[in-house]
Amino acid sequence: MTILRTTLTAVLLALLAFAIFGPITNMLIWSVAETWYFPAKLPQSYGFSFWERVFRPQGNAMESLWSSVLIALFTVLASLAVAIPAGLALGRGSLPWRTFFLLLFLLPQAFPSIAVHMNIARIFYGLGLNGTYGGVVLVHTIQGLVFSVWIATAAFAAVDHELEEAAANMGASPFTVFRTVTLPLALPGLMASAIFVFLISLDEFTGTYFVGVPDITTMPLLLFTASMEGNYQIASITALILLVPSVGFMLFIERFLKSDVLAKVGS
Amino acid sequence: MITRKASLFLIAPAIILLGCLFLYPLGYSLLWAFRDEEFGGWGLQNFAKAFALYSNDVLFTLIIVTLSTAIIGVLSVAIGGYLTLGENRVALVVLRWLYRWPLFIPFVVAAQLMRTFLAKNGMMNNIIVSTGLMEPLQAASYLDWRGIVITFVWKQTPFVALLVAGAMASLDRSTIEAARNLGASRLRILFEIVVPQVATTLMVGLILSYVVMMSVLSVPLMINAQTPTMITVDMAWRINAYSDYGVANALGFISYAMTAVIAWVYLRQGVREGGKPA
Repeated sequence: MTILRTTLTAVLLALLAFAIFGPITNMLIWSVAETWYFPAKLPQSYGFSFWERVFRPQGNAMESLWSSVLIALFTVLASLAVAIPAGLALGRGSLPWRTFFLLLFLLPQAFPSIAVHMNIARIFYGLGLNGTYGGVVLVHTIQGLVFSVWIATAAFAAVDHELEEAAANMGASPFTVFRTVTLPLALPGLMASAIFVFLISLDEFTGTYFVGVPDITTMPLLLFTASMEGNYQIASITALILLVPSVGFMLFIERFLKSDVLAKVGS
Repeated sequence: MITRKASLFLIAPAIILLGCLFLYPLGYSLLWAFRDEEFGGWGLQNFAKAFALYSNDVLFTLIIVTLSTAIIGVLSVAIGGYLTLGENRVALVVLRWLYRWPLFIPFVVAAQLMRTFLAKNGMMNNIIVSTGLMEPLQAASYLDWRGIVITFVWKQTPFVALLVAGAMASLDRSTIEAARNLGASRLRILFEIVVPQVATTLMVGLILSYVVMMSVLSVPLMINAQTPTMITVDMAWRINAYSDYGVANALGFISYAMTAVIAWVYLRQGVREGGKPA
């Protein structure tokens, strides 16, 4: 009975491992396949010539990589610029209708975003923001807003009040208290929110698809175009570049997001 | 201490951003779904056209997203349940390490992985054929509605399972131990003691997944863009090919409505059970 149960567990785990790592392995093989024609089970030849094509300095792949990183960095800046004050108000302030405001930021998650995105694109078109970096950064910022605001709120709420009071009692001005006590203590949580927003921006597809056209190509759009053209090597290499930070974040998220902050998310 | 006035001042930029980039376009999409842009005026013309052209796709979308949500729910409970009640230490360590991998992998990457993995000559068929379980001629492409469901389940299960496992881990163990001492099987403990207590978390996770799947464009475009397909593809097509915002917004309205129905069913359930939803 026990042996039967152990075997069953092992088989189920093996199936799960195959389901999770099979597709990833298939992509890894494609990323180093030089030629792979039907009906061969494995590529006929391997090599890195597609990598060279992707990382060629003048290539459009490098250009979209830089666009992606630049957009993600500015999205993080824009998010923090609104989320730090908002987090301070929600986590530390005496805000009327606090729950209402917290839930308001959740609203974008409650509606399928594609219909909103296409109308943002239409509004941006009228404002001349379509196909500009600014336009794409704004769309990405709104995508990440609930996470940046909620995590910032939790980070500020987790700061010990007594430390602030101690600093204030010793004559520190409110701004000095914020700069030397509150902000440094909330910093790990704010870092987590920054990394999360960076990742959201890096991976964002639909908003960029509608707002970025025709001038801005980010990595996800490059991956999409390459895949639709049947260029699986380029698509797989791009997928791999996007996969590494995502999996890295998944493996290390607990180090960024401490449990004391996590426990206060959404409360 | 930050005063009321200062708090409102501090939150203002975020609210303004939300208003301009979410509430305004949302209102715009709701309103313009009823606008006849060709001849002017308001009415249901866009919806009539949307149903005439895409009623199959509306149904197809509903079925795919509902089916995916159901499978995600079953798998999440299974994973969370084993992590809470499992006894094999090695299996627990392996499962905990294993199930989370797709958590932050973007949909567009997941779609590309599946595009190669599930193809007729993809790795999945190759391995099944190699094990002798299937004849090479029987190998078929899964890049149709099944491919979309598989991709959605692959990508979203870790998210819901993480929430569910977290909720199960914070349960009071004493009731579980008590049931176990009385001789209840683990399956019975899972469905009669554990799942009812985490039902709220499970539903919240499933609804969030449902909304996300309802608005993903890359997966149906890359896995199966032929008819019937999901309405997200139709929306993009109406706009890119015809600049037809009327029908696109009508389809958008339908996608909101399909989400609202789910939220309503959930809220009603919460009221009937006398508990507060979430």
